[in-house]
Formats: sequence, C-alpha cells, structure tokens
Amino acid sequence: MAVSPNRELEPMKRDRTPFARNLDTAFVWLTGGFAGLIALLLIAIAVRVGVDASPAMAKFGLGFLFESRWNPVTDVYSAFPQIYGTLVSSFLALFLAVPIGLGVAIFLSEDFIPAKIQRPVVFLIELLAAIPSVVYGLWGIFVLIPILRDLGKGIHQSLGWLPLFSTSPSGPGMYVAGIILGIMILPIITAIARDALVAVPIELRQAAYGLGATRWETILQIIVPAAFSGIVGGIMLALGRAMGETMAVTMVIGNANKANISLFDQGSTVSSLLANQFAEASGLQVASLMYAAIVLFVLTLIVNILAQVVVKRVNRI
Amino acid sequence: MATSTGVSTSTIISSKDANIYYGNFLAVRDVTIDIPKNSITAFIGPSGCGKSTVLRCFNRLNDLITSFKMRGSIHYHGQDLYSPEIDPVAVRRQIGMVFQKPNPFPKSIYDNIAFGPRLVKYRGNMDELVERSLRGAALWDEVKDKLRESGLALSGGQQQRLCIARAIAMQPDVILMDEPCAALDPISTLKVEDLLQELKEKYTIVIVTHNMQQASRASDYTAFFNVEQTERGRTGYIAECDRTEVIFQNPQQQATQAYVSGRFG
Amino acid sequence: MNSNPSPTIDDVSSTSPLIKRLQRQPSSPRTLFNSFMTGLVFVCAACAIIPLFAVLWYVISQGGARLSTDLFTQLPPAANVLKGGGFGNAFIGTLTTVGIGSAIAIPCGILAAIFLSEFAKGTRLADWIGFLTNVLSGVPSIVVGVFAYSTVVLTTGGFSAVAGGFALAVLMLPIIVRTATEALALVPQESRQAAVGLGATRFQTVARVVLPAALPPILTGVMLAVARASGETAPLIFTALFKNFWADGVWEPTATLSVLVFNFATTPYKNQQELAAAGSLILVLMVLTASILSRLVVKRQ
Repeated sequence: MAVSPNRELEPMKRDRTPFARNLDTAFVWLTGGFAGLIALLLIAIAVRVGVDASPAMAKFGLGFLFESRWNPVTDVYSAFPQIYGTLVSSFLALFLAVPIGLGVAIFLSEDFIPAKIQRPVVFLIELLAAIPSVVYGLWGIFVLIPILRDLGKGIHQSLGWLPLFSTSPSGPGMYVAGIILGIMILPIITAIARDALVAVPIELRQAAYGLGATRWETILQIIVPAAFSGIVGGIMLALGRAMGETMAVTMVIGNANKANISLFDQGSTVSSLLANQFAEASGLQVASLMYAAIVLFVLTLIVNILAQVVVKRVNRI
Repeated sequence: MATSTGVSTSTIISSKDANIYYGNFLAVRDVTIDIPKNSITAFIGPSGCGKSTVLRCFNRLNDLITSFKMRGSIHYHGQDLYSPEIDPVAVRRQIGMVFQKPNPFPKSIYDNIAFGPRLVKYRGNMDELVERSLRGAALWDEVKDKLRESGLALSGGQQQRLCIARAIAMQPDVILMDEPCAALDPISTLKVEDLLQELKEKYTIVIVTHNMQQASRASDYTAFFNVEQTERGRTGYIAECDRTEVIFQNPQQQATQAYVSGRFG
Repeated sequence: MNSNPSPTIDDVSSTSPLIKRLQRQPSSPRTLFNSFMTGLVFVCAACAIIPLFAVLWYVISQGGARLSTDLFTQLPPAANVLKGGGFGNAFIGTLTTVGIGSAIAIPCGILAAIFLSEFAKGTRLADWIGFLTNVLSGVPSIVVGVFAYSTVVLTTGGFSAVAGGFALAVLMLPIIVRTATEALALVPQESRQAAVGLGATRFQTVARVVLPAALPPILTGVMLAVARASGETAPLIFTALFKNFWADGVWEPTATLSVLVFNFATTPYKNQQELAAAGSLILVLMVLTASILSRLVVKRQ
C-alpha cells in the first residue's frame, strides 16, 4: 500500500477507533438493559412477594382463599372476606360507572355541545382521574358518607326485604366503597371508550344517516357496536384499577372482617387489609398479608393482560 | 334544466338561488337547477367546485356539519326541504345516498341490507326484500350463498353494489351518488354503470363524477360546475347545465368546452 | 310507492301522504326516544363532573382556611392540641420521597424509552416490553408497596424515605417510559438521518439531536409521573411509614403529606381533620398545576 497516508483523512479514521465504536455499542446495550429492567421488575415483584408469602402458602394452602378467619392471636389467617370485598366493591363500581362512563363517552364523541366547550369538559374528566385517592377518601368520610347514610336508610326501610339491602347502614360500608370507586374509574372508562368511538370511521356514520337513521339509531346500532371491543378493553382496565385501589376504599369501607351479602354492611378488601395491618404485622401475619397481596397481584394481572390484548386488537384494526 | 326540452319530464328536485356557506365562507353560490324524474343527472367539474356539497344538500346530509348554512330554497315535490317543519331524517329515507368510498357496516351482508328497513319497522317479508334489493343491485348471484358473511369480506366493487342495494332496500325516490366509482377498478366501474341504466327505470339518480366518459356515457343531463377565486376563498357555481349531448358536443361556454375536452380540471 | 307513478311537481299538495311523511312528528316514538337519550347523556355528563367540583369545593373550603406559612414551618399537632400546627415535616418528606423516586425513575425510564424508540423500534422485543410496561402500570400501588417493603425495608432493616422513594419509582417508571417513547417517536426521521449523514454516532444522534427535540413532551410525561407520585399513599404507609418530627435523614421513617392526610382524616380531632383537608388542598394543587402545565406544553407543540 502507499507509504504516505493522506493526512486529511487522518481525523476521520481516528473517529472510528475501536474504543469509540465499543462505547457506542455499550450505549445501545445500556439502554437495552434499562428496557429489560421493566420485565425484570414484574418478575421480581412476583418472586419477592411470592417467596415472602411462602410460609403462609405452605401453612394455609388454598383454604386461605375460602375461609374467614383472621386472628393474629391464634396466628390463623384466611382472606375470603377480603377477596369477596374486593370483587363486590369493584363490580359495584363497574355497575355504576359503565353506563354513566359510556354515556359521557358518547356525549363527548358526538357534537351535542360545541367543540369549544367540549374540549374543556374532556379535560375536566381527565382531572377527575388525577385527584389522589387519599383526597377522595377524605371527601368520602366527611361529605359522601353523611349523604349516603340517610339515602341508604331510606332504601333499607323500603327495600330491606331484599338481601342486598338487609342491614341498616351505619356510615361506612361496601356501598360507599363501590360508589367512590365508581367515581374514580369513570374517567378511565370514558377516556378509552371515547377514543374507541371517535376512531369509528366517519363513513359508517354517514352511511347510517344517509339511510335515514336518527342520531341515536346511528349511535346505538352502528357506532357503539363498531367500537365494542375498545369499550370492553376500557371497562377491563377500569376493573383492574378498581380491584387494586386502596386508600379511598380503606377510608370508607369500615374494615370489618366479614363477607355480608348486604351492601350496607361494613366489609374490607385485600388492599384495605394490607393498608391497615402491614405496618404493624410480624411473623406469619406478614407472610399471610403477602399471600393476600399475591392473590391481588394475580387477579389484577389477569384482568390487565386481557384488557391489553383486547385494546391491542382494537388498535390493529 | 330547461323544461322545454321536449321530452316529457316532471321535476322532482328543484333548487332556486341556493347559496351554501360553511361559517362565513360562501362555498357554492346561486345554485339553480331542476332534476327531472327517472333520469340520470351528472354533476361534473374541477375539484373544489362544490358538486358534492350541492349533492349533500339534496338529502340534508350537510346538516351534520355544524357550520353549514343554506340560503335560498331546494324543493322536493314542491315541498321546501329546508323549511322548519321538515324532518331531515325522513328526507333521507326518500332520498338515498351512495358514497365515494364503499362503506358497508361491519355486519353481515343480510344485516347491511336489512338495516334501513328495520329502522322503519318494515312489515313485509325481509328475506324477500333483501333478495329483491340485491338483485336490483346486480349482486344477488354473487352473494346469495353467503348472506351471513360480513359485508367487509366482499371486494371493493361488490361492496359498492352492496351499498347501492342497501340504498334500494329503503325504496327511495331518488338516489344520490357521490363519485360511486372513484374507488373502483374499471371492470367494477362498468358493472355499476350498467346498473345505473337499470336503476333509472325506477329511481331518479343524481351522480357526481370526475370521469368525463362516465358522464357522457351514463347520464341524460349534465351540470357543469366551475369555481372562481374570490378574496374570501374559492366559491363554486353552476356554469352550465343542459342535456348531456349538448354539454359534451355543443356547450355554450368556453370553460365547459375546455373542461369536457380535457383541457383543464 | 315506486310501483305507482310518482306525482309531478304540480299535483303534490301540502297534504299529500308523501309530504306528510317528510314533516317532523314531535310526538313519534323515535323522536321521543331521541330526545330522551340526548337528555340522558347530558345527565351522565353532569353526574361525572359534579364529584370533581364537589371534591374541589370541599378541599378548598375546608383546607383553604388553614393556608398559611405555619403549615410549612410547624410540626403536626398532637391529638390534645386544639389549635395550630402544620405539616412542615410531611411536606419536606413528600419532596424527599418523590425526589428519590424521580432520581431513580427518570433516568431509567428515559434510557428504556430510547432503546424502545431508537434501537428496537418495530421489533418483537420492543412490542413485548411495551406490553409489559402497560402491565406494570396496572399493578396495584399497594402491591408495589409490599414489594418495596420486601426488597428495601426488610433488607436495609427499617422503614425509610429511600424505601418509599423506591416504591414511587416503580410506579413512575411505566408512565415515564410510555410518554417518553411516544415523545421520541414524534421526532421526524429526517433529523436522525441528517445527524447520521454528518457522521454522528448513535450516542451523538440521540444525545444531541433526538433527545433535545423530544424534550418538551418528555417533560410533560415526567411532570405527570411526579404529580401522580406525590399523591400516592398506599405504597408509602409501610415503606416510608410516618413520624411526627423532622426527618433525621433518608434512612429514617419519614412523614409524607399523603400519609398525613390518611392518618389525620381518620382521627376524631377537629384540628387534625382540618390539617388533613389543608394537606389535601396542597396535594390537589400540585396535581392540578402539573396537569395544566403539561396541557400547555402539549398545546404549544
């Protein structure tokens, strides 16, 4: 090869020293490592909590899920009332929030009000999701409970023969938890359902109007069915959120270790159990609380994964 | 359109000095046109000249746009379509619409056709109506064995004929078509054009098209729309309308001549 | 009606069946149903908005009266103290725990986002990690608290601001990853090609071109994550715990505003309940400010 190297190309060569190249590759690997951290975190949560729960799992087995004893004195634990409370309060929340949330989503995806007013309303609904849970709890204790107690007493007097309303409300209870959870998950349902409704092609709407459908015939028979899976995905994400929600529920549910069919009775959820007892627990009680946490983790994991799959399928269409 | 053309016609839609606004912007001005019954009227002209806008005024589909305003009058069988006592939903029952892009509902072929009749609680035999409508749109033989399959599974040309069948099923008086062949291949286009000739026996058709041959081949009357630049934007107007052969062979205006011979637009 | 010859323009009077059919029928079932449903969604919207204003009104009216510098300089009052006090220690504690959480989550989240949008875009790996990010954001905050207890409190031997900050970091991470990935994806491909064309390495392209261009929306995501973390309570009650005095360091139990609200809301003492409302007001103001600011940043884009 030529003996004298071209001096002007020298700096260029220097730029690609093996060191610099390795540094660049290292940067890519570094970022990859942090991305991998997310997967690692999920696994770590399951493993750490699982390992710490294992003494309780070994001792109580699956009976933990179906029996109603929580006794730190005799060191015997099972969490049926809490699991029951988690499910009942969450589904009560869905029962209230799905129709209203869907109604709001329709309201905000159609031109019922001018766009100038519509945008701020969308923002207000988003703010509803931003308010901290503990603030809802405070409001629940001092505002919602006094209102609902009187309302609940009236319902108990007239409909007390129904098992659902068979006890007299004493303030906090399952019904307050369900209602406050409903308020908290409403913005999730609204946001995702609205996205799904807005994504329905304008052509379908025009086709329905062109055939002489009224606005509501178009909405109910064409637009909502076309957005159906997105709406379902949103509802499931909201269910996952409701099951894991802690502070507001803990503050208004009454924290009684029982599973009563009556919504006016006090109860507890897995998360309220953890919030109340964890800081002062020790020994097998901690392991049992970890066991309850694992149950909650698995429940929300299943719901969330299903929701992701449904929403993803919608996005692909 | 001149009513003195000799052929016995009765006017079904009659627009007089219609000015169409979006907000303060005048989109189309001075639309005066009569649509004769049982004929095919084509709207041609360069893009942005307001052909589709005018078409959508005929069945009040523009009502869906909040900034839309119409001044002047459009009469249908002598009734002012924009008078306050008129129900736009009822108008769209009588005056159907086929869109540029085939837009079947994400439902079965059968349910696509039955959607409109079910809205009005059709009391007759639905199977029969579906078959009649599909035959009317020359689609029956291709889909008779898969009525329960999704309308979206059909080819583009079939989807557009499904949309036509869906419009026919409402037993309308007039069918408006907004560039119905724009998204179709040439063979499907020919099929739809053949269909138009059959349909005009029963219905009055108004069709917007960019395709000169289609207008000259398929229509009886042609309205040529043009557009002028004003300080507020581009405003469309009807430059000339007459029998199709007059527009294509002996137009009165230079712009029409230039457009139909393909020199601009 | 198509079987009969249609009437011509002259012989249709305004009483003909066809014209009748075109006219509005205010009392027809369809019209009534339409109006009813429209009314119903207006009611739904009102039902959704009322709680927001009710909560805001409550914290402003109950907490606003206590707003003063005392809140930020004094310690929480004991149960038998009828007047005065503040939550200076809890306010500092919230800043500390959120600060620790941010210090962990922001760099991790942005680096992970760089990988997802710059180096692994469109790959199966990126899809999976994106999916897991969404799943992670669905893990209940109380479970994250249990995890932080197990990994930090148990291994370091006690409740601390660091344990609380770690829990908050896990909650902030998916929000930052998701918003930063979206922000980076908005940077036009041309900018990257221009940088690479000038001989920039991948690191230089990201650090000097892509990241600065995506900074405003990334900041939005960071702000939202910080706002959400400052209101979080569940993961703190058994990690940072609480303490009525000023913190001695980050390895000590630490009071936070949100836990103070929780503790004082459930006491029967008026003075403490008022402080809970004032604490709520501060939390809500922080969250609202962050939401509105991030809204403005997005709008300016």
